[in-house]
Amino acid sequence: MISPKEVRHIAKLARIGLSDLELVKFQKELAAVLDYFEILQEVDVSSVAPMTHAVPLANVHRPDETKTKANDMASRLLEMAPETKDGYLKVKPIL
Amino acid sequence: MDELTIRQLHEKLKNKEFSAQEIVESFLKNIEQKDANLHAFITPTGELALAQAKKVDEKIARGEEISLLAGVPCAVKDSILVESVRCTVGSKILENYIAPYDATVVRKLRDEGAVFVGKTNLDEFNMGASTENSAFGVTKNPYDLTRVAGGSSGGSAASVAANEALVALGADTGGSIRLPAAFCGVVGLKPTYGTVSRHGLIAMASSLDQIGPIAKTAEDAEAVFEAICGRDAFDATSLAYQYESLYDFDVKNLRIGVAKEFFGEGLMPKIAELVKAAIKKLETAGATVREISLPHAKYALAAYYIINTSEVSANLARFDGIRYGKSASRGQNLLDVYLQSRGKYLGAEVKRRIMLGTYALSAGYYDAYYLKAQKVRTLLQQDFAAAFADVDVIMGPPSPFLPFKIGERTEDPLTMYLVDLYTVPVNLVGLPALSLPVGYTQELPVGLQIIGKPLQENLLFAVAKDLEKLA
Repeated sequence: MISPKEVRHIAKLARIGLSDLELVKFQKELAAVLDYFEILQEVDVSSVAPMTHAVPLANVHRPDETKTKANDMASRLLEMAPETKDGYLKVKPIL
Repeated sequence: MDELTIRQLHEKLKNKEFSAQEIVESFLKNIEQKDANLHAFITPTGELALAQAKKVDEKIARGEEISLLAGVPCAVKDSILVESVRCTVGSKILENYIAPYDATVVRKLRDEGAVFVGKTNLDEFNMGASTENSAFGVTKNPYDLTRVAGGSSGGSAASVAANEALVALGADTGGSIRLPAAFCGVVGLKPTYGTVSRHGLIAMASSLDQIGPIAKTAEDAEAVFEAICGRDAFDATSLAYQYESLYDFDVKNLRIGVAKEFFGEGLMPKIAELVKAAIKKLETAGATVREISLPHAKYALAAYYIINTSEVSANLARFDGIRYGKSASRGQNLLDVYLQSRGKYLGAEVKRRIMLGTYALSAGYYDAYYLKAQKVRTLLQQDFAAAFADVDVIMGPPSPFLPFKIGERTEDPLTMYLVDLYTVPVNLVGLPALSLPVGYTQELPVGLQIIGKPLQENLLFAVAKDLEKLA
């Protein structure tokens, strides 16, 4: 069964801040779902190749051409960001 | 005006029996009267619809040809972008997000002259089977307001059932078109993977997601599908595909497979009875019915939720409080921005799936979960291929039970996942599947799921149209 410590670790990997109350709730719920996944242990897949996509497409190419976008597309995209400065996204210090 | 099909509406528009504006006003009036109770829409777009209708009317006035979908009131699931309209995907994190461009499917419908009446409610990021996971409240079932409309495209299905829109766009990752279609008594198609561009669809699980139509009749759903399918340079997984209706369909040549795995424990007896009665009608009309087996179907749900959550954990990394949407940036450094923004603005089911997927993909667990699930997927594909050697379509129920009461399944996430039991196998293999209403019990609609071979949407529509005639 997944431990509270593991849930905290997973939440950190997933960049999700959890309250202590959420941690308890998610531990129980994740454990139940992971337990359900155990049904796959019944299946023998020793000689089976994994399937990654429903459609066997490979190497889809397109010409390397410059396309013109609507003039204000860059500003429209930037407007949706929480914080910008001089046409760039603004982020907090990493260190 | 509520009872018209697309083709009838088109003829009446051309004959100037009424204007596109009058059509739109009639549907907007339904929204105004019903949606306070139903809550099919997150963002109604009446002004946009009227402006679009005006253009159609001007075209008709100038004596120009109009396309089949011109003036058709269409609702759009709120995970699909409509330029300059808010797109929330049912989440607080995108509550104020304005779409900077049209999704390819929206652009195609816009070019055809379809009018957009609003953005419909859904489970947050398409994650759920009832719209109860929406951050903006639940959509009620038009047949019983104490019950769910299904999900995740619940708003789209309910809007069509309640005549708030003539047709709607939904998106189906594990049943999100077919289940609400069944719950609301309308027709819904999950197309073959790759036939419809996903450009402009907010991604949940990229190897499973497909956009598809919801309508009151198979013919209407077919018209929308024909308009939205085809190769798109903006979606590298889209196929060069052109739809052609099947004009020489004869039910006498149809071989129907019935999989015992879709009639297992937990299926409500009355649903089994109605689904079998529909199949019997086709058999009486000349179709052949055979029992087939999909031995790995019982593993599909577990494999699906491993693959779904794994892809979710990657796709939703972009909602970081930096690039789009809301940010909770009280912290001092970048990590705090991530943790707080995602912690505060993502809902419980979304967090649950991101964490499950992160776990399934993390070091030491990848082989046991993700890789194993992808191998089970191959086995399921082999099951379907073997079955389709002997039959043309496979039929069964889209849902093991009737629309459930609001709140009935929210306590335990796993009980909600089990709703998807009969719908997910199709997504794992990429097959097309259609749900259409075949009867009622306890005054609630019951659907039939018809599964086809890849790219045989035309056969699904032909069978569905035949069934509608036999009903």
